[in-house]
Amino acid sequence: MNILVCVKQVPDTTSIKIDPIKHTLIRTGVPSIVNPYDAYALEMAARIKDAVGGKICALSMGPEMAKDALKECLSVGADEAYLISDRVFGGSDTLATSCIISTAIKLLEEKNGAPFDLIFCGKQAIDGDTGQVGPEIAEHLDRALITYAYESQIEGDAIKVRRESDEGYDMLLAHFPAVVTVEKTPYEPRYPSIKSKMAARKAQITTLTSAEVTVDENSRGLKGSPTKVKSTYTAEVQKNGQTISGLDGSLAGAKIASLLFDAGIIK
Amino acid sequence: MILDEETLELRDMVREFVDNEIIPNAPEYEKKNEFAYPILDVAINEMGLGCLCQPEEFGGAGLSNVAFLTLSEEIARGDLGIATTLFGNCLATYPVLIAGTDEQKKLWFDTLDEKKYAAFCLTEPNAGSDAGGVRTSAVADGDDYVINGTKCFISNGGIAGIYTVLAVTDPKKGVLGLSAFIVERDRDGVSIGKEEDKMGMRLSNTTEVIFDHVRVPKDHLLGKLNRGFKIIMETLDHSRAGVGAFGVGIAQRALEEATKYAKQRVQFGQPVANFQAVQHILADMAIEIECARQAYLHAGELIDAGLPYKMESAIAKTKGSDTAMKCAIDGLQVLGGYGYMKEYPLEKLVRDAKILQIYEGTNQIQRGVIAGCLLKKY
Repeated sequence: MNILVCVKQVPDTTSIKIDPIKHTLIRTGVPSIVNPYDAYALEMAARIKDAVGGKICALSMGPEMAKDALKECLSVGADEAYLISDRVFGGSDTLATSCIISTAIKLLEEKNGAPFDLIFCGKQAIDGDTGQVGPEIAEHLDRALITYAYESQIEGDAIKVRRESDEGYDMLLAHFPAVVTVEKTPYEPRYPSIKSKMAARKAQITTLTSAEVTVDENSRGLKGSPTKVKSTYTAEVQKNGQTISGLDGSLAGAKIASLLFDAGIIK
Repeated sequence: MILDEETLELRDMVREFVDNEIIPNAPEYEKKNEFAYPILDVAINEMGLGCLCQPEEFGGAGLSNVAFLTLSEEIARGDLGIATTLFGNCLATYPVLIAGTDEQKKLWFDTLDEKKYAAFCLTEPNAGSDAGGVRTSAVADGDDYVINGTKCFISNGGIAGIYTVLAVTDPKKGVLGLSAFIVERDRDGVSIGKEEDKMGMRLSNTTEVIFDHVRVPKDHLLGKLNRGFKIIMETLDHSRAGVGAFGVGIAQRALEEATKYAKQRVQFGQPVANFQAVQHILADMAIEIECARQAYLHAGELIDAGLPYKMESAIAKTKGSDTAMKCAIDGLQVLGGYGYMKEYPLEKLVRDAKILQIYEGTNQIQRGVIAGCLLKKY
């Protein structure tokens, strides 16, 4: 089993403070961590490796300091790690990022002589919260995609995934090669061991630059990014739904009609 | 001393484990009077904290003593019982590292890797500070030694899969008639006696271990015949610095809890941390803690450098354990009435701290060791 896990280094948002005057994030002194959903994705991959054997490669894109995040991955299950890092990739939005990452994945697959059976990503990063890069990678690589995996198991040449939702859960099956994005799993990521931590510190992490990861300049960096951020704000969650229960169909219908009427939605 | 990057990273990793797993969960085990196996399973199987002195060539991490002691402080900051359980493995291992052959080390670490726990069997009802009082005997018989006797107050006694045991091999020669042995738990005649009901350190397993005509092959003798006392004294010299680190862990926890509380507790219209009377208690705790920490780190540095460390190790133990006792009591005072209640961790720290002034050589014995070194030196 050949597995790739995509990870992002993010600021630890639990320790970010807001500037009370400027209302901006104070980023200085905030520690960087592996995006928590990526850590769950890596743990899911590591459990698959424990169960059926194989190799896990961790891949990240970002500045040199993102190597710290990759070293953390090496201490909790990853066997090798690569960092995509180049100034020309700076300013990339999710589309450009997924284009660059997909190109790097193809490069690694060429080197391995085979596609990764599974590519894991976190469902989203806790800094941007877009949740787009994983699905976009699947699109660029033309692979099957399962999002929001909660639990998974390997069945022959396919992965079976449980995806939870408000209404219940789905059981989904995708044949290799596939992309899976992972949400908070029912288990916590493992702790590193003293030995794995010491080995990870000394590990060499290969940097992939624009010399190897060749992406058209209109598809990378600011030029390749159609997204323009005009402003950011926290959307208010509005959950106004009401459940009518304990009434039979016609009475419940009448009740709904009267509620809608009272609210001025129907006249 | 300034810790290197690697040690700091390992410390942070263990600190995260302590903060997430030990501090929130250990009190529950203590309350239920249950051994904290689930926490220890993660510590040993997942994180490899089972025997931090295990050399690299026998499957261990090969940590420096400075790193080992730094991690010991962290674990004790979480819970002394858990720290003593893990450290008990090292205490039992030191005689093997000091005097064992490669075959003996292999046997030892293979067994320890499989059974997870080991115990050091020195103390007997009549042999505490005075190792010369040991009555457990080992008599040569063909290719074996036959061991008879009862050891008491043995940390990990009831859970260990393998023991190091000090026994009399020549009753006429006093401490020069003692020898050290490796004994596996599953040998005929090894049994567990009474489990102690202790004031503190509740998550450490402390029992009698009984040897009733236990046969061990002659290759289980550690070092030379009748040279066991020296091995044990070296073991204790080494392990004492670890007790110092434990003391600093307890004191540090007391300081953190007391400081947090003082900032929250409002009396006379303001947090009590604003009062100089409280600030000075906290500052004095910090002073003692930093001195005690440097004392154990210095002992660790000496051990790593291969320099003599007998006196410094005894100083680290005495300073660390006295600091734990003082800071636990003073920290409790900062919490006032709440400090006396089981709802807050201070009363437990007081109960735990006390053992550090007693085990691995009482602080009176330590002062004797220190004075002995001084009298030789000047």
